Amino acid sequence: MSKLGTLGARLHRGEIGYDFVGKRFIWYGISILITITAILGLSVRGLNMGIEFQGGAVFTTGKTSTSVSQAETFAEKASGHDAIVQKLGKGGLRIQISDIDTKKSGDIKKALARDLNVDAEKINADLVGPSWGDQVASKAWQGLAIFMVLVVIYLAIAFEWRMAVAALVALIHDITITVGIYALVGFEVTPGTVIGLLTILGYSLYDTVVVFDSLKEQTKDITKQTRWTYSEIADRSINGTLVRSINTTVVALLPVAALLFIGGGVLGAGMLNDISLSLFVGLAAGAYSSIFIATPLVADLKEREPQMKALRKRVLAKRAQGDAPAPQVSDEQPYDEDDDAAPAVVGPRNQPASRNRGRGRPSGKRR
Amino acid sequence: MAAPKKGRSASSQSKPGRSLALILIAIVALTGGMFLSGHTTPRLGIDLAGGTSITLTAKNEPGQPNAINKTNMDTAVEIMNRRVNGLGVSEAEVQTQGRDNIIVNIPKGTNSEQAQKQVGTTAKLYFRPVLALEAQGVAPTPSPTPSTSTSGSPSPSASATGDKATSSSSGSPSPSVSATSQGRPVTDALKADATPTPSGKPSAAASTPAPATPAPDPATAALQAKYTALDCTKKAVRAVTGDGVQPGDPTVACGKDSQGQWQKFILGPAEVDGTEVKKAQAVFDTQGAAGWQVTMDFTSKGSKQFGEVTGRLAQNQPPQNEFGIVLDGEVVSNPFVNTAITGGSAQISGSFDQTEAQDLANMLSYGALPLTFQESSVTTVTAALGGEQLHAGLIAGAIGLALVVIYLVVYYRGLSTIAIASLLVSAALTYVIMALLGPAIGFALNLPAVCGAIVAIGITADSFIVFFERIRDEIREGRSLRPAVERAWPRARRTILVSDFVSFLAAAVLFIVTVGKVQGFAFTLGLTTLLDVVVVFFFTKPLMTILARKKFFAEGHRWSGLDPQRLGAQPPLRRTRRASAPVDMKEA
Repeated sequence: MSKLGTLGARLHRGEIGYDFVGKRFIWYGISILITITAILGLSVRGLNMGIEFQGGAVFTTGKTSTSVSQAETFAEKASGHDAIVQKLGKGGLRIQISDIDTKKSGDIKKALARDLNVDAEKINADLVGPSWGDQVASKAWQGLAIFMVLVVIYLAIAFEWRMAVAALVALIHDITITVGIYALVGFEVTPGTVIGLLTILGYSLYDTVVVFDSLKEQTKDITKQTRWTYSEIADRSINGTLVRSINTTVVALLPVAALLFIGGGVLGAGMLNDISLSLFVGLAAGAYSSIFIATPLVADLKEREPQMKALRKRVLAKRAQGDAPAPQVSDEQPYDEDDDAAPAVVGPRNQPASRNRGRGRPSGKRR
Repeated sequence: MAAPKKGRSASSQSKPGRSLALILIAIVALTGGMFLSGHTTPRLGIDLAGGTSITLTAKNEPGQPNAINKTNMDTAVEIMNRRVNGLGVSEAEVQTQGRDNIIVNIPKGTNSEQAQKQVGTTAKLYFRPVLALEAQGVAPTPSPTPSTSTSGSPSPSASATGDKATSSSSGSPSPSVSATSQGRPVTDALKADATPTPSGKPSAAASTPAPATPAPDPATAALQAKYTALDCTKKAVRAVTGDGVQPGDPTVACGKDSQGQWQKFILGPAEVDGTEVKKAQAVFDTQGAAGWQVTMDFTSKGSKQFGEVTGRLAQNQPPQNEFGIVLDGEVVSNPFVNTAITGGSAQISGSFDQTEAQDLANMLSYGALPLTFQESSVTTVTAALGGEQLHAGLIAGAIGLALVVIYLVVYYRGLSTIAIASLLVSAALTYVIMALLGPAIGFALNLPAVCGAIVAIGITADSFIVFFERIRDEIREGRSLRPAVERAWPRARRTILVSDFVSFLAAAVLFIVTVGKVQGFAFTLGLTTLLDVVVVFFFTKPLMTILARKKFFAEGHRWSGLDPQRLGAQPPLRRTRRASAPVDMKEA
């Protein structure tokens, strides 16, 4: 922790830091590559849609001595359709039969119970009509669309439209990556997956919001100084909140990892597993995108503003005089009221007249 | 409260003790309420308790684009409820979800297969001519060879059919009683009724003219045998009597007479479909002495059909002047007619009391499900698996919580006690509220909901991290702890509110647009997000304020997680001491 602590401190002071914004094109490139791969995976391999999206039945039995191949024979005999049988952790079987009518399932269940020599009452049946999955999926898309619209509006109000756009891009990016990974690895897509995917919505934005919040605060009086460009401050924001982002992501992932472990290890495949798998992938993607994509994108958008361009000119002109410190090695808050006892910085401090001195702002700096 | 009073806004800042007390009182009150209500555990959903859950989706019929509306859905729910609970299923739940779904939850220990059959089929209401009826308990006198003699010796226990159908325009009908003859040979009756069926499905009995030679028609014989064997006093028998009967075929059915005695019928093919009833109402006859009666209005097609059938029936001998109103294979009423009713509206009068009349009117109005449903999904979970899933979910939750706690302890040391206490408060609140929501709004905890709660551990802990990191940033700036806390809070608060709002927005959108299990997940996510805000505001922050005065934290003990040196605070101009004024007076 001490290492982490001092790392956090040095990040905070900007002594060290990674040039996220400066190297943004590398990360944009990587993201575009990942996205293309994901889209290719989707179009070529497609998603492995679970039984819930095709219609059919899944029977789960308790402990049985029947072997998988035997069970397959039985299931195919009972239903007249192909069956996929998996062994579960506790000696039970999971039998999937596609496109059978829900009406017939009772008889199939009875036949299975007889053949497998288990009590019919001990067999779980999950029957899905062919249109149900479509309905779930279409509702999910609908929810996704509504949420995106609302979130963009909200972020545009809470921050500004550029941040809203960047957050949206990051969000779409996360979802694409998650879906792409599902396509490439061939994980089964179930309603649980959809639930997980939809949860990523809110969660992926969490880190983004944390960074944006700090960014908004740091760039409040940006035009009144000539030490930093917007991009540099954006960089500092990311670096300053890096520890926070890592921590929040790790802490969010821990319970999901526990779910994944329990879901996969104890129950075999199932709802828990499906939800947590997509959450896990999505959360990781969300953390990545909030740091490498969302904030640099905001900086990119901001730098196009005339006043930011002007600021950049002023800053560069000042630096050209050769007395400015390298941007990464200052330990002074750029714009903020420097009421903290900052030691003298290298080089003369050319403060704009309108420093916040003496504004006597209460500690609770309100928006 | 030793905190400086300058620039404080919320009372939670200057009176941490008060909000702490407030939230603790709230917890105690809620917990007390929970124990008082007797629901100390959250209600469990089907997938955790075991049972069957059926999702039915209303089908869009061509030509009826607006059929799927709230009224029709509610009606369907009501009818299904009646059916499921008619099976003696206790605590079955039928509820709409989304625009066009109905979810039927049947707890374990009931015959789910039968329930599935009952619910999944679209109830149908038909008007069928009565060909024969017999009160149960009277030994039937089957005539194996068709004969033309009527063996109609009314037995004392023979019931009288008290209902009478009349044309509405015929003033005040007098309730009349018709004696029913017993044991009339079915074959004759069937022959007498060989009419084309309106449904267009040719049926053996109707499409071929009955042979002149009285040779037993196999279908008729089968029906007769079925009739003979039918015992309407047995519930199990009644439940399956109407299964698989086509409207165009004659059938046997059970029904109750006005005294509530079971009687059995042979009914001809359906003549009028229940959907042709436009409206039915229970009205009290104010002019005549008919008492409660039921009026029916037919659609134009229905009036024509009804006029035809009543005209035909009116010329028959009892009981063949009766028609059976058959709902889900059971005769709910069998009024007789004595004139053709052509006006498009009819009255059924008899010895109804108010509820009987209203029930009948309801059945006539809504007897047939107003919509066609298809089974979208049926999930049967054994109690064993349900328990296993719950167990797994709880273990996962415990492990997740433990991992988060360990991480917090390692990273935040002393500060983590605040986070852990807050997490526990959150957990307690979540549990109590879930338990209370069971009886309050019918909330049932299902597996995705458990997942949502587990995932929420992370969201909740994230808020603490945001707050703590802010405090540390302030300390790195060289502030002593108390001003650091007070300065960090407003900024952390904003971040927490914005990000929690986004999470809540996601949960709310999910809850509103999705169906099925996703809703449970969205619900817990939304609930925990709200609770997170409450806990951070009323518990974490005041606790932090109080602990900031404690020497252990204020002096930045190396295990407190706030050690300025470890945090790499810049050597302040003065070494901070608790007693000393902070460097930047204007900030505190």
